[in-house]
Amino acid sequence: MKALRDTRHMTVRHLMALWRQPWWIAVSLVQPVIWLLLFGALFKSVTDIPGFGSSNYIQFLAPGVVVMTAFFGAGWTGMPVIDDINRGVIDRFLVSPVRRGSLISGRLASSALTTAIQSVIIVVLALIVGASFANSVPGVVVLIVVSVLLGSAFGCLSIGLALLVRREETLIATVQFLLLPLSFISVTFMQKSLMPDWMQSVAKFNPLNWAVEAGRGAVTPSPDWGAIAGKTGLLVAFLCLCGVFAVRAFRTYQRTV
Amino acid sequence: MSGANAIEAVELRKSYGEDVQALDGLSFSVPAGTVFGLLGPNGAGKSTTVKVLTTLAHPDGGSARVAGFDVLGEPARVRESIGVVSQAGGLDQEATGRENLRLQGQVFGMGGKDLERRIEELLAQFGLADAGNRLVREYSGGMRRRLDVAQALVHEPRVLFLDEPTTGLDPEVRAEMWEEIGRLAGAGLTVLLTTHYLEEADRLAAQLAIVDKGRVVAEGSPDELKRELRGDAIHVELGGDAEEAAVREALARVDGLDQIIYGEDRTLHARAEDGARTVPAVLAALDGAHLEVGSVTVARPSLDDVYLRFAGRTFGAAEADEREQPAQRKGAHR
Repeated sequence: MKALRDTRHMTVRHLMALWRQPWWIAVSLVQPVIWLLLFGALFKSVTDIPGFGSSNYIQFLAPGVVVMTAFFGAGWTGMPVIDDINRGVIDRFLVSPVRRGSLISGRLASSALTTAIQSVIIVVLALIVGASFANSVPGVVVLIVVSVLLGSAFGCLSIGLALLVRREETLIATVQFLLLPLSFISVTFMQKSLMPDWMQSVAKFNPLNWAVEAGRGAVTPSPDWGAIAGKTGLLVAFLCLCGVFAVRAFRTYQRTV
Repeated sequence: MSGANAIEAVELRKSYGEDVQALDGLSFSVPAGTVFGLLGPNGAGKSTTVKVLTTLAHPDGGSARVAGFDVLGEPARVRESIGVVSQAGGLDQEATGRENLRLQGQVFGMGGKDLERRIEELLAQFGLADAGNRLVREYSGGMRRRLDVAQALVHEPRVLFLDEPTTGLDPEVRAEMWEEIGRLAGAGLTVLLTTHYLEEADRLAAQLAIVDKGRVVAEGSPDELKRELRGDAIHVELGGDAEEAAVREALARVDGLDQIIYGEDRTLHARAEDGARTVPAVLAALDGAHLEVGSVTVARPSLDDVYLRFAGRTFGAAEADEREQPAQRKGAHR
């Protein structure tokens, strides 16, 4: 109970901090819109490639943009943690009876909430520009769930890394290094069958790809629920692994205070 | 262990890596309801001591009790009983003063109207009533420091740790902080204050431990420590044409006066066990010998003199040493 309460208090703190940054809100709302419209226009003619299957590229792309938005946002979860370390905020909480886990789970919860809101906005926008989502609400819910799972996993990685390196430059470099390759070695922009063989093999181990496949599958007519459940399971397992990493990084931090 | 002590540290040891021995058998105890000062230059081990006593850092050896609870065995009970103002402060800059206080109360299990009332009380007490709804980012250094202290007091702790509470503040704001801390001490709270300002320790702490290289090198009240330097310095400026022989003869009858020097500038220098008590006798003796007195000053030895005696180097030199070899452990702070 105390753990849940503390998580709630921490979540409110993080959400208030975001709410006070109108620029952050504006940019994080506009960015997926630009992706959707820009990439949608740029790659429009890939639907002409024989074997692509789908004829509406925006519809193909929209679930990928939802997942990518969650992924890109999650990468930066560790940045305010470094700020907290430098300003003594983490240490202040460590000498209080706060549940240690809430310092991580509060960040994950607030980022899950923002991810969910962003996802809904992207879906609505995609509908406006002519995409359609099969399986309506359940499909979209699955899409949002896998996005949140992926975001939480990378959020854990980002927090863990922040606690270990404690330097913003290092975290920025690492996150930048991962964002684009992981986004492109996936079915976000391209049908799997049209990717080079080696990329298809690598994509099998890319959590972002799991999320796009599961999310897109869920909003496609007559989905393969078994495959979707399998991918979701993989994401849950990945999240657990990342969670363990974050907790260990936290313990390492505590030892070096 | 005595129940009357709010803090007991016994033979604390801690090293960071192989090179930095932050604590090297540090021991002291603080009676409940008093202000205790840990005085030493930067890098002497004061902050590490606070980290160990507040359960933040794990000592390599030794033991400690705070508010009656074992720091290693019952850290959760210790945390419930203490308030901490660290050097870095720990305020959320992107939240308002009120929100900072509220969150602090909430993690201590407070809530509802009681918490809101307590927040109002603290904002008023620390002169922040008008600033409560402003972001901490916009606060001045002095306001932040006051909020730091208010935040540490939300849950009404029994023991308050103040780690260098006035470092980086300008003199005027520092004086205000001293008044605040002085008031807290009157309210029955036990306060552990670390400082590298001699004047601050002198002014606020009832008892002091002088720390050097991770050990306590001297302990006592500021006045006791200074008295160990064989008393106070008395300087008397004599008027007219006072002869040294006459002066010495006059003073021979005064008890507790030694190291008498009568310079060519007709100024008498002497040391007394207790300057304030000796001066009237000195004046009476000089008056009795019809010697005219121009002025009298009694200078207490400063804590710098005390530090020099116990640590074997002046305070300024110790600080300079530390600057030349900045310890790794400072890295975590801004």
